[in-house]
Amino acid sequence: MTSTFLPDGRTGPDLAPPPPAADQARGRRRRRTLNLLTAVGFQLPALVLFIGLVLLPMLFALYASVFRWGGFGMPTDYTGADNFTRLFQDPVFLGDLWRCLLLVLLSLALQLPFALAMAVLLNQRLRGRAVYRMLFFAPYVLSEAITGVLFSMVFAPDDGLADHVLGAIGLAGLGGEWFADPSTVMATLFLVMTWKYFGFHMMLYLAGLQSIPAELTEAALIDGAGPWQRFRNVTLPLLAPTLRISVFLSVIGSVQLFDLVWVVTQGGPDHHSETLAVTMFQYGFKRYQVGYASAISVVMFGICLVFSLAYQRFVLRRDLEGATTTMRGGGA
Amino acid sequence: MAVPLLYAVLSGFKSTDQLSRNPVGLPAPWNPGNYTGILGSGDFWRLVGNSTLIAVATTVLVVALSALAAFSFARFAFRGREVLFTVFTMGLMFPFAVAALPLFLLLRSLGLLDNPLGVILPQAAFGLPMTIIILRAFFRQIPGELEEAATLDGCGPFGFFWRVLLPMARPALGTVSVLAIVTSWNNFFLPLLVFTDNTWWTLPIGVQQFQGQYSADYARVFAYLVLAMVPALAFYSVAERQLVGGLTAGATKG
Repeated sequence: MTSTFLPDGRTGPDLAPPPPAADQARGRRRRRTLNLLTAVGFQLPALVLFIGLVLLPMLFALYASVFRWGGFGMPTDYTGADNFTRLFQDPVFLGDLWRCLLLVLLSLALQLPFALAMAVLLNQRLRGRAVYRMLFFAPYVLSEAITGVLFSMVFAPDDGLADHVLGAIGLAGLGGEWFADPSTVMATLFLVMTWKYFGFHMMLYLAGLQSIPAELTEAALIDGAGPWQRFRNVTLPLLAPTLRISVFLSVIGSVQLFDLVWVVTQGGPDHHSETLAVTMFQYGFKRYQVGYASAISVVMFGICLVFSLAYQRFVLRRDLEGATTTMRGGGA
Repeated sequence: MAVPLLYAVLSGFKSTDQLSRNPVGLPAPWNPGNYTGILGSGDFWRLVGNSTLIAVATTVLVVALSALAAFSFARFAFRGREVLFTVFTMGLMFPFAVAALPLFLLLRSLGLLDNPLGVILPQAAFGLPMTIIILRAFFRQIPGELEEAATLDGCGPFGFFWRVLLPMARPALGTVSVLAIVTSWNNFFLPLLVFTDNTWWTLPIGVQQFQGQYSADYARVFAYLVLAMVPALAFYSVAERQLVGGLTAGATKG
């Protein structure tokens, strides 16, 4: 059955009996097939779950986004790109995009540098640094729901901790509506996000800093480099892979922000803190415009995809060899 | 950093009346009624039980499936391996929110709404990429000679996996388990979608609903918040090393 590649009726001294080389090749092929079956067998349960509950839903969102559809039965009312043209005329959605960009920029400009500074500080021999580490990282372990409720109480107008503290130090004028005022809601949310997430990035940096050999910093010290020069020319370049990952996670995190906003403001006041995911939720689950909501999902997907691919292509390439999308085999 | 947490703990010991007269000072008198009231009601414990059950089930499922898959990614050379691996790692890049809507429709048509499986299965599915990446990296470090030795002793692939690899990988399995437990414990979006009545509510949903219900009774909400924090913080103080190890390993590997 394995001789299909032999022309019919050709028998010659060089072909029969089958040379041992062909026999070996056949055995190797059978072993390879067996190997493949075993390997795929091990993957199968994970693959089924992943395709069924992650990939198919994502593809279905893509499909549903070109229909006007309320979410019951199968979508039939095909509208082409209508949902998307409507999206890009929707001030709430355009606001979402702007707020998404704002959060990304704020995170990159303020949150991550702050996390880096704290990591460098805690990497020194410092009294009680284990305690600080525990303390800064603890908020990351609390759920967004708990964090959200906690800070909606801290920033409650008049009665909250924030207003009382400001009042006590004579700055009562600065207190106010916090989450209820369109002009301050994003800043206050960002403050809460920083409280919650900066410890996570700090931990990443600390792990990165610890992998930098002390000899390098010492050598720079001997060469007469000051603290800033040592940081700028030794620490920072060696920390670059960690920084690149942390930037990546921070951007993807900003795009999908939902829990915190939903718990604290539900997108209010008057859509001023709404994110893409919140708008999607509003349309999909509250107003039953599932086709339109799917279009928002697709935009989110698109943003993540373009960003991920570009980032991998241009920034992460060196760090991820053999880890994700590089097709290199690596050692087995 | 710790100020909001301390503020919550202290406020929980006040009455709401006391809280409005004396918002920042120490409680006088200390009034444990809010805490004991919540601990004495079955509702709070049911939420803790639900969260625990869902977190444990998710973790067992995701770790078991990931270990099998990671084993085959790490120890077998087969055609299409890297493509398949890329498919899994792509899952890391995409937010849950993208799939939330169709996933909800799928769960509805499968009759899994208001069913813990409706949260457990998707959570496990979305946890696969990270878990597989971490475990694969770990499995790769185990020397091939061990596999040869096991094969000579008559182990098939599964025997090697079960009797040699898994026991050796205990630290890595611990790390990914802690990661999965924390992720599941804190999940808000999915339980919000799946559980419409309160039978299966988890702690994050409970906290949000409690605030809505007792919005005027500040002191009681604070007490509830603090009690809801306790399991996560207690778990964190025990498993800190594993958690941080997992996050940093995951973050630098993929």
